[in-house]
Amino acid sequence: MIEEEEIDLLLNDLYELYGYDFNNYSRASLKRRIQRICTIDKFPSFAELRYRVKSDAGYLKRFVEELTVNVTEMFRDPTFYQYLRTEVLPTLAVKPFIRIWHAGCSTGEEVYSMAILLQEANLLHKALLYATDLNPTVLEKARRGIFPMSHMKLYSENYIESGGKHDFSSYYIANYGQVKFSEGLGEKMIFSTHNLVSDRSFNEFDLILCRNVLIYFDKDLQEKVLKLFDESLGTLGYLALGSKETLKFSSVNPHYKQLTREKIWRKIN
Amino acid sequence: MAKNKLMDASEVVVIGGSAGSIDALMKLFPLLKTPISYTLIIVLHRKNSVDSSLADLFAMKTQIPVAEIEDKDSIQRGAIYVAPADYHLLIENETMFALDASEKVNYSRPSLDVTFESVAEVYGSKAIGILLSGANADGTQGLIAIKKAGGLTIVQDPSTAQTPFMPHHAIQHASIDLILTMNEMAMFLNRLPQP
Repeated sequence: MIEEEEIDLLLNDLYELYGYDFNNYSRASLKRRIQRICTIDKFPSFAELRYRVKSDAGYLKRFVEELTVNVTEMFRDPTFYQYLRTEVLPTLAVKPFIRIWHAGCSTGEEVYSMAILLQEANLLHKALLYATDLNPTVLEKARRGIFPMSHMKLYSENYIESGGKHDFSSYYIANYGQVKFSEGLGEKMIFSTHNLVSDRSFNEFDLILCRNVLIYFDKDLQEKVLKLFDESLGTLGYLALGSKETLKFSSVNPHYKQLTREKIWRKIN
Repeated sequence: MAKNKLMDASEVVVIGGSAGSIDALMKLFPLLKTPISYTLIIVLHRKNSVDSSLADLFAMKTQIPVAEIEDKDSIQRGAIYVAPADYHLLIENETMFALDASEKVNYSRPSLDVTFESVAEVYGSKAIGILLSGANADGTQGLIAIKKAGGLTIVQDPSTAQTPFMPHHAIQHASIDLILTMNEMAMFLNRLPQP
């Protein structure tokens, strides 16, 4: 069992040595992640883990990747994507240019899902998808657009449930248990590291998606990040969160209108 | 022994279940005296779905307020909280829930072990863990954690469970204080200190 004080020490090391600030992450979840790392990387004690993190910058990469949750899927919550398809994209279609930000994109499954939606709405040519994460390793995976073949059955079902009319397998080429999504989908994606804790707004967007990222933050950090999104959204822009995430605790809430039971809000002033 | 613990172990009651447990809860809820003094947390394995119909279903069977949990919702005594589908439910501290969308545990998200262990850590001896009908081993480790932290452990009598594997597994591997039918469980909960 890891003590609170030990977590404080470890978080302090990460900040002092490497500039990663996890102090405002939700503690219950963070503790589970650290315990999990101790188990899967077979550290006999917490002190051994702390020593490795402090002394081995190479291990740090793995540590940060395992500390943060990178569970994602294509067209997760199909009704959410159906709403994007039928209600949100048509309102963006009138714009000369569409800017979308996937904040905390992990390995990119949602970015490719969005590119497919845009292509089917004939909007991909005038869209840009900015995909950011604090973790360079997952961004590299996202950039390659290669995913395990074994996930495609679920993704295909999700795609159809979201209102997809095409043959899902026409979007990728399968090889050796993996699939690579077509280059055309990736052409409008820009991948970059961005830490929601410490980095600022970098553009104005029409749609920001940040799904199941805020759950790992405490309320103070959630508020800070929601303000960052607010600064980064144009008027009548959309903000999309995870299915159990909410604006109800935030000071930006009065400027937003939730349009549906899906977790999509529109900035009204 | 269980009896001296009653006064203490009454701040939170967490009930976990899988196949066959919805029916068991539908039987339990109408038997509970209202209001309740403790927080009642329900974690069930179910098909991934964003609709909150399970909380609505339970609300029809009791006067106690029932809510499906959203991220960072506050924990109030006297209420029933239902864990949402496709998230692990954690206790951030004695007044706040937290959600976690990480890897499945025991092929399940929500996992009963994850919530039970979190309850054990935060509430210690003030927690009661109850495991109902189900077909997998989830929940046993969590009951072990609750017991180790000084809490009370209860399972549904396997002979009355639609799917007895889960409570049976817990009886074999964890130290269980009480094995109760749903009627007995309602009587037990109704004897907890009133608000």
